[in-house]
Amino acid sequence: MKPEDLEFVAALARTRAGLMIGGERAYFVESSLASLARREGAVSAEALIADLRAAPEGPLARAVVEALATPETSFFRDRALFERLGAEVLPALAAARPDGRVRVWSAGCSTGQEAYSLAMAADGATARSPGLRLDILATDLSSRALEKAQSGAYSQFEVQRGLPIRLLLRHFQKSGDNWTADPQLRQAVRWGRLNLMNDFAKLGRFDLILCRNVLSYLEAAPRQGLLHRLAAALAPDGWLVLGAGEAAGLPEAFEPARGGAGLYRRNPTYGRAAA
Amino acid sequence: MKMCLVVDDSRVVRKVARRILEGLDFDIAEAGDGLEALAVCRATMPDAVLLDWTMPVMDGLEFLRRLRQEPGGDAPVVVFCTSENEPDRIAEALGAGADEYIMKPFDGDIIEAKFAQAGLL
Repeated sequence: MKPEDLEFVAALARTRAGLMIGGERAYFVESSLASLARREGAVSAEALIADLRAAPEGPLARAVVEALATPETSFFRDRALFERLGAEVLPALAAARPDGRVRVWSAGCSTGQEAYSLAMAADGATARSPGLRLDILATDLSSRALEKAQSGAYSQFEVQRGLPIRLLLRHFQKSGDNWTADPQLRQAVRWGRLNLMNDFAKLGRFDLILCRNVLSYLEAAPRQGLLHRLAAALAPDGWLVLGAGEAAGLPEAFEPARGGAGLYRRNPTYGRAAA
Repeated sequence: MKMCLVVDDSRVVRKVARRILEGLDFDIAEAGDGLEALAVCRATMPDAVLLDWTMPVMDGLEFLRRLRQEPGGDAPVVVFCTSENEPDRIAEALGAGADEYIMKPFDGDIIEAKFAQAGLL
């Protein structure tokens, strides 16, 4: 890929989605755009970029940014985290809510495994916490990722990365080569397309937000802006989950929970003076 | 070091599994069918068994049922690793005492994830 092409694409991803794409990710950009080119019927990634330069405001630009913003995910990614959410965080939140209803947001849900894992974890936690009701909203920038998420259909390879066999049998049906989430599991999640660079105050207040492996791909300024807006979208006693190894660089709003795993407690007094 | 017995009638599969599991710090023993596997277990009970289903002489399910009746035979964590991928068959294996289940084809990531879920890592 020509350096000027890479720069052009990186600038587009930065403006549209705050993404940080340095020269070291040239291979990732090239392979993502090559598969996008195949889907779009272009002869090569280079031809795709030529089309893009000709109409930088067109629908192709959106497809390119989406292709660059879809990270890999898996069921119960970071197992210890989900154990802790099911055993501790969700029951505590449910106990603190009059109707046991806990609002959760999977922000940057990619192909949906995280949201379904949450729904399964909540299902498993109801023995300890019978009043627990989870409202799960899952959003992503990529409509292609969302389409797959909503279908609930995963390959045999995907369901074996992180999903315990008993949960597979309990919540999925085999259909041909794929395994499809059963209707009850699919109905446990609402899906929506959202660019995290835009204002999302209209989504309301959440008790738990998972925004994992998103921040590390963002430029510094959009990253800080997003953290502020996430803090504002959390209930005072809410929790934020980042990817393992990601830090919430906003200490006045987020305090790392004991045991780590990317789990942060919102500081209950944060933003109060401003409100 | 934990010991894992790899049971598969394909030497190629045993070799691939051995390489992956040695990378996860297991000592490996191999058996080509269920009867051989039982003999290994009677000599030294392994910590884990990676178990194919369809094999000559004695298949994986029969081995598992017999293993669970052996003295100390309830201890090993048994992970099926087979091309059987119908829900009924999987449920049958779990009912016979399997702890986890891998549908072939597999790779290192899948083995590592499944062994972690089964509490072996």
